[in-house]
Amino acid sequence: MIAGQAFPARGIFGPRLAAAVALLLLTAIAAVALTFPALTGRIVDQANVISAETRSALEPKLAGLEAKSGIQLVVATVNSLEGQEIEPYANELFRTWKLGEKAKNNGVLLLVAPNEKRVRIEVGYGLEGTLTDALTKVIITNAIAPRFKTGDFSGGISRGVDDIITVLTTDSSEWEKRPSLRLDSQPAPTKDPFNWLIALIVVVVIILLIVSPGFRWFFFNVVIQILLSSGSSSSSSSGGSSGGGGFSGGGGSSGGGGASGSW
Amino acid sequence: MTISFSNIRAAVAIIVLGLTVSACGYNTIPTAEEQAKAKWADVQNNYQRRADLIPNLVATVQGYAKQEKDVLTAVVEARAKATQVKIDVSQLTDPEKLKQFQDAQSQLSGALGRLLAVSENYPDLKSNQNFLALQSQLEGTENRITVARRDYIEAVRVYNTELKTFPGVIWASTFFRGNKPMAEFTANESSQTPPVVKF
Repeated sequence: MIAGQAFPARGIFGPRLAAAVALLLLTAIAAVALTFPALTGRIVDQANVISAETRSALEPKLAGLEAKSGIQLVVATVNSLEGQEIEPYANELFRTWKLGEKAKNNGVLLLVAPNEKRVRIEVGYGLEGTLTDALTKVIITNAIAPRFKTGDFSGGISRGVDDIITVLTTDSSEWEKRPSLRLDSQPAPTKDPFNWLIALIVVVVIILLIVSPGFRWFFFNVVIQILLSSGSSSSSSSGGSSGGGGFSGGGGSSGGGGASGSW
Repeated sequence: MTISFSNIRAAVAIIVLGLTVSACGYNTIPTAEEQAKAKWADVQNNYQRRADLIPNLVATVQGYAKQEKDVLTAVVEARAKATQVKIDVSQLTDPEKLKQFQDAQSQLSGALGRLLAVSENYPDLKSNQNFLALQSQLEGTENRITVARRDYIEAVRVYNTELKTFPGVIWASTFFRGNKPMAEFTANESSQTPPVVKF
């Protein structure tokens, strides 16, 4: 309404502009509906229910699974599902963290919400055939839920992880290691709002290079110099950051496979 | 020299024009359209997957609860009806057609919900391994349907917004005049909550 009143003289464009602005605002609001913990490692224990021993026992198992098969299995506990059901929460968290390799979607998320007494195993698209809904349900009802009932979160989680790994590594054709296919170093082809800006800058630079001799001189003497010097100095620092052992998702996605349970 | 220089200029002009056209979102409308169509295929596949589970489920329940004939027939009939309504991607702009699809599927959801509720009364059925596996598959499929629907709604929103907002509106009113906004799913409460499955 306010936007409409701000352009009273524009007649046709006023309301349309207002509608467009409103649409943009709505999009922005819809995008920040849930807040997720950061993906700090293979175990994200926001609710603080996993003991130190269990954590140090689980971490090598999870890392070993990825080294062997490329499968990213992540354990997460959250303080609150923010009023959501666990299914949509787990799916959006999975997609935010992008677990699994981009081309194979081979990620698994074990999500525990102790306060809501809900647990879910969310399976990426690529593993739905191995870690089926029925199997995840069996793991939850037999290995996880009974232990959670007695307050033994560490025990339930480590048994659950063991069972998931067993299922995933039994069918060897699914997890044959193919490191050359690992695609997460490539930039994701998502819609980038800066794409057109970069294109515009390139175009302007090309035009200026053609029409203005002054700019040509400036470009070749100054810009190229800067690019060359920064390129040689930054190569060492960028190498350090990628080798730092940080953990991140590989770009995988999930379509809601898996099962949930409560205790 | 002058000729080659003007040639270079022409070549550069073409490159620049090409860059600006793609940079201004000429590709965005077709991309968003294809995206929405692909998401629709996911929605339809997941509903199909649910339909495929039903004969097995009905057979299992029948073994333990023959007397629940009405409920079983209702499921079989609703399934037959739901599998008949298929939507081709070119029909996505037709809200009437989409409503038909949605109605048929939510009728099936209702019938399935009743069947699962009735199953609660048969302890032998409830502890049957085959039934438990089917139940968890059904539960998973319902969840996949929810996810696929959400993705489709989002893809349609992106596409429709692109048609109405700058710069997409320029292309929509010139090169893509045939492109119509796609019909959105009416968020139907009853079909969004999957049938309650208890163990």
